[in-house]
Amino acid sequence: MTRFIERHPAWALIVLIAVAVLLWLILAVWPPGLEEAFGRKRVFLNAVFNGITLGGLYFLVASGFTLIFGLMRNVNLAHGSLYLFGGYIGYAISAWTGSWILGFVIAFLGVALVGIVLQIVVFRRMEGQDLRQTMVTIGLSIVFADLMLWAFGGDFYQIQTPSWLVGPIELPLVTAVRSSGEAVYLRYPMVRLVIFVAAVVIGIAMWLALNRTRVGMMVRAGVDDRDMLAATGVPIQLVFVAVFALGAGLAGIAGVVGGTFQSISPGEDTRFLLASLVVVIVGGMGSIPGAALGAVIIGLAEQLGSVYIPTYAIVVTFLIMVLVLALRPQGLLARR
Amino acid sequence: MSLVQGTHPQTSQPAKARAILLAWPEFNKPAVWLVAVILLIMPFIANGFFLIEIFATTMILGTIALSLMFLAGYGGMVSLMQLTVAGFAAYMVAVFGMSANTNISLGWPWWLATPMALLLATAFGTLGGALAVRTEGIYTIMITLAIGAAFYYFTNQNWAIFGGHTGINTVATPKFWGVDWRSDIPFYYVTLGVAAFCYFAVQYVSRAPFGLALQGVRDNPRRMAALGFNVNAHRVAAYAFAAFIAALGGVLQVWNYRQISPGSVSVGACIDILIIAVVGGISRPVGPYIGAFIFVILRTFALDLLVKFGLDGNRFRLLIGLGFLAIVFWSSDGVIGLWERWRRRAAATDARPSGGKPHG
Repeated sequence: MTRFIERHPAWALIVLIAVAVLLWLILAVWPPGLEEAFGRKRVFLNAVFNGITLGGLYFLVASGFTLIFGLMRNVNLAHGSLYLFGGYIGYAISAWTGSWILGFVIAFLGVALVGIVLQIVVFRRMEGQDLRQTMVTIGLSIVFADLMLWAFGGDFYQIQTPSWLVGPIELPLVTAVRSSGEAVYLRYPMVRLVIFVAAVVIGIAMWLALNRTRVGMMVRAGVDDRDMLAATGVPIQLVFVAVFALGAGLAGIAGVVGGTFQSISPGEDTRFLLASLVVVIVGGMGSIPGAALGAVIIGLAEQLGSVYIPTYAIVVTFLIMVLVLALRPQGLLARR
Repeated sequence: MSLVQGTHPQTSQPAKARAILLAWPEFNKPAVWLVAVILLIMPFIANGFFLIEIFATTMILGTIALSLMFLAGYGGMVSLMQLTVAGFAAYMVAVFGMSANTNISLGWPWWLATPMALLLATAFGTLGGALAVRTEGIYTIMITLAIGAAFYYFTNQNWAIFGGHTGINTVATPKFWGVDWRSDIPFYYVTLGVAAFCYFAVQYVSRAPFGLALQGVRDNPRRMAALGFNVNAHRVAAYAFAAFIAALGGVLQVWNYRQISPGSVSVGACIDILIIAVVGGISRPVGPYIGAFIFVILRTFALDLLVKFGLDGNRFRLLIGLGFLAIVFWSSDGVIGLWERWRRRAAATDARPSGGKPHG
């Protein structure tokens, strides 16, 4: 952080000002002039919160994608299918048992299992062949999409939010002041906040596991020189299978989250594959903090865009990607 | 190829013909002439359905896939946005030309609207390419896929220019010299002509200095840069050329269906183009057309076929996906690669009739 400020003082200043303006917009009571020009504060706050929590969901999908790519150089364009599959499993389990949490567990395990099979059957045979991996996973995603369409039909499924998470909670953020001087506070769906916090916890845990533990060290060493690591007696294929299972399982969890926030239907697989592509392009391939930053930026851009410039919302996301590619082709937080 | 011409400055007439044959080895094979003749007399053999639904569609999809083949085969850049460029051209034809949606269409005559569409689509493809060449390999795939998806979602949302979810309908097609060029037989010849033009253009460019430099860039960019070639400029130029070809395909497509909507530029359709090119083979320009033919045949008849075998007819995409998987698993060069491997094996067994398995 300090190195970044030293190297790019101008950029650091711009970022600082942007963050300060955003914080002021969130915390302060808006003066009437601003409300007239910009719309009501409640709308803005809702868009910001939706953007950040959507960012949490994007992070869950993209972190698995970037973990598999960054650490093992495996290009898995079937990642969106894993997301959708997780969503369907989560729906089936929670509708059958009535337990939302169990849906997460089974979705994680089930999708992780698919990931392990993929790693052993597909990726291990084509190590280092980027293009073939891409083609094969594209083919797989077509097959998966059709199999899921076969099994679940073209319907929209929504996963039921458990009763203890239903309903909004009041946040200590003032949206407006009534004429009587009484402050109106923001009400926001609890389930979204809880899931967002869970995504943050998962992200921090993952970063710590990779950077502060022996297993994480092995994984990173294996990426750089797998022969040497294997020679030191580490069961490297086992480590890689574990990482793949984790990455795939995260996509499965994200599927359940997505099914709770929004809905699960055919076509969501490509949508989330693309979201994770854009997120990791913006954030930087193979970097967990990059995925987090990219996810929040894209989530915010999407939600604020769809509120304030609905026709061009997608262009904003795209422009961010273009801008990042033009200024920093490797992504904002990539190490390269 | 060019050496032959260079060493004989004063070539006589037969030698010149020989040089042309050496530069275009295709003309030396009887099979090629046979295919050309069959394609030319096709309207006398096939009925309207086959002419348009099978052959014209094959030509159009093949031309769009050809632009991907040019980038991937000669430039080593797999671009998933070629259909997007084609779709952009199609949209531009509808926007500048005449259609039922008078709020959007500017009502230009076709001979003005079409060049405009080609120009803008080429510019669009070149810009996208300029973005994509900042990255390499798998990143290129991801970025071009993201561009394609962004365009799809944009057309879906934007009602002012792109007509939103319903798209633009009843696009006018050219009529001049007393011919309605969209009626079956003239349109077939138009698509055949464009496809042949694109095929030979790609073939020619691949042997021209630019194409050779591009192949050098594909094989060893660092070395080409050291030799003084501007690597990125070559790559962007390749994108521009491919964009023009894709745009031609897009114009034909909008004339064929007389309408354009977001569904025709969806991500699935972008991936279909990749499937077509890979299944046919991306080492030679003929590959995309073979791939497109297989794809169109499957798409048209898979339903009947599946039902005949007592299966669900809707599983067409499953069939395509499994076929695609099989091809990429076993042959890196699609149908052409399989065919060549088979011929080599046949040749090897012919050469040694005493038996024994060929080596390698």
